[in-house]
Amino acid sequence: MLNISNLQARVESKEILKGINLEVKPGEVHAIMGPNGSGKSTLASVLAGRETFEVTGGTVEFNGKDLLELAPEERAAEGIFLAFQYPIEIPGVTTINFLKTALNQIRKYHGKDPLDAAQFLKLMKEKAKTVKIDDQLLRRSLNEGFSGGEKKRNEIFQMAMLEPTLAILDETDSGLDIDALRIVADGVNQLRSKDRSFIVVTHYQRLLEYIVPDYVHVLYNGRIVKSGTRELALELEAKGYDWIKAEADSVSA
Amino acid sequence: MSILTKIEGEFDSLLHHLNGKSGQAYNRLREQAFENFKKLGIPTVKNEDWKYSSLKGLEKYDYRLFAPASFSADEAKELPFAHLEGLQLVFVNGTFSAELSSPLLNEKIKVLDFSEAEKVIPEILNEYYGKGLDIEKEGLTALNMALSRQGAVIYVPANTTLEKPVVIRHLHKTSEEHIKNSVHHLAVIGKNAEAKIVEIFQNTGDYSSFTNIVTEIFVDEEARADYYKIQDENDASFHVGTTQVLQKDRSYFYAATFTVNGGFVRNNLNLVLDGEYIESHMYGLYIPNGSQHVDNHTLVDHKKPNSESNELYKGILDGRSKGVFNGKIFVREDAQKTNAYQNCRNVILSESAGMNTKPQLEIWADDVKCSHGTTTGKLDDDAIFYMQSRGIPKSEAIKLQLAAFAEDVVSQIKWEVLREELDILILRKLQS
Repeated sequence: MLNISNLQARVESKEILKGINLEVKPGEVHAIMGPNGSGKSTLASVLAGRETFEVTGGTVEFNGKDLLELAPEERAAEGIFLAFQYPIEIPGVTTINFLKTALNQIRKYHGKDPLDAAQFLKLMKEKAKTVKIDDQLLRRSLNEGFSGGEKKRNEIFQMAMLEPTLAILDETDSGLDIDALRIVADGVNQLRSKDRSFIVVTHYQRLLEYIVPDYVHVLYNGRIVKSGTRELALELEAKGYDWIKAEADSVSA
Repeated sequence: MSILTKIEGEFDSLLHHLNGKSGQAYNRLREQAFENFKKLGIPTVKNEDWKYSSLKGLEKYDYRLFAPASFSADEAKELPFAHLEGLQLVFVNGTFSAELSSPLLNEKIKVLDFSEAEKVIPEILNEYYGKGLDIEKEGLTALNMALSRQGAVIYVPANTTLEKPVVIRHLHKTSEEHIKNSVHHLAVIGKNAEAKIVEIFQNTGDYSSFTNIVTEIFVDEEARADYYKIQDENDASFHVGTTQVLQKDRSYFYAATFTVNGGFVRNNLNLVLDGEYIESHMYGLYIPNGSQHVDNHTLVDHKKPNSESNELYKGILDGRSKGVFNGKIFVREDAQKTNAYQNCRNVILSESAGMNTKPQLEIWADDVKCSHGTTTGKLDDDAIFYMQSRGIPKSEAIKLQLAAFAEDVVSQIKWEVLREELDILILRKLQS
């Protein structure tokens, strides 16, 4: 599904990703962990097509397409979804209006007719129930004045609506208390299927208790320095990141 | 021929045509006004209030004052806002067209053109016409007083509610020649009376028009007036307009100014709050592109205690367009317990567009709540990317953002049909 090969990227003159290799197959959940500043969020942003980052080398293939050639909206239409670490507040645009526009643009991309208002509202009600988000919240301006938990839940709701094949969760656990975390994780788990893959970017192991990954990768200094299964996350939780840093630094030295 | 020599010729010819009518109230004011104009001239950028707005472009055109022109009813109907329900008063190149206007049959309410008004309600003209205007300082206001022959006179007697809005349409036929006009409206809303007025400016064709207009509105005790101004003229047009408002105790005034298109636009909106417990609202939206220039000068003069004024202007500027906002708030020594709020927010879409904002608060009272803020910025890239990441193409994302930015000015219009028509015009402009 997703094949990242020797991906390098920088912001201004600062190299951040220094050769990432990663393969994700349909239905798999991959966790990307790592200390602050290791490049985790950059990887998420680069996959979604954020222009602030310049890709300087490597390839990313997504379902047979050269992902790096596509505009962010085309990537979304092809099935990539990024749940933002800091969802943006957009005054004056309701979540409903925003999502209706998004959904119909994606349908248009695939040559399908737009959903009319009634069809859209029906779908929305259904999905809102699945991720336990309040209807009233969706009638308000997008994320404006939402609590941290509400914003993250809105991200998961948008994911449910757009039905991506690859969802990238960028530190979705940051700033959430345990109850909010559980609700968000429940939402994600409901969306897991044999055709849908996830990349879960997180600093802490905590989220992975609720969203159980198939693989865990440690990103450090722009490279994946260690890969393993769920047990690796537990080891990191117990021992911290220092031993990984030491190991990686001694290899590159 | 210089522009001033030409104007003198126009004034002489007007006096000549007035014949026996020169004794009327508004005619008696003409000569003094013209003397003032000769002293003041057309404002230049040396004048502090015109620092960012140059009228030099007027010299390029040879205008014909009150050029006769005909609009067929069909032509007039094709323009936006033609179907607004209300008493329609149509002015073609500055001359009242009875043919295109609604029949004015209502007996309780007077909506008349000037010459009719001087027969029917001379006392109203005598008492109110030109009373609130500063013809000592404003050259073009003085010129308007000197040259105007016609205008709507709207008189709403005490305790009367105007059931239908008054829709004043200014149609400028700029398909054959450069035209200019000078129109002067007067609205007197009596005690506890209510009226809704909209002025719409449109032209057809690529020639230039020069509109120099004054609208005076008197809002008596406990009265309410809603006033809309909508501008949609071509890039060669010049518009200088002054809306002068006087409010009395416990009155309510609401103004919304929408500049969709126009080559050069200068709107002066002056509110004098001469009473207590007054409420005033001013909204504005301007969306210039290309080389358009839009200048809004507002003034709120709080003279007495316990009143509130609230102002929100928003601009979206593209191309090489320029915007100017100058918001004066005076709170006089007597005007304790005044609340006055002012906010001007702008989005600049291109490197070459520019915005000058100047809030000007002068407060002599000590127990007041006043705030003001201006911001000018670019579109939020993070928001655009967020939308793109959900499948919305960049151009759509920008449009959605801009419409949302304009929304809090547009959405407060309670007049639904007007809002819908405006929405269409605004979206079309933002798409271009």
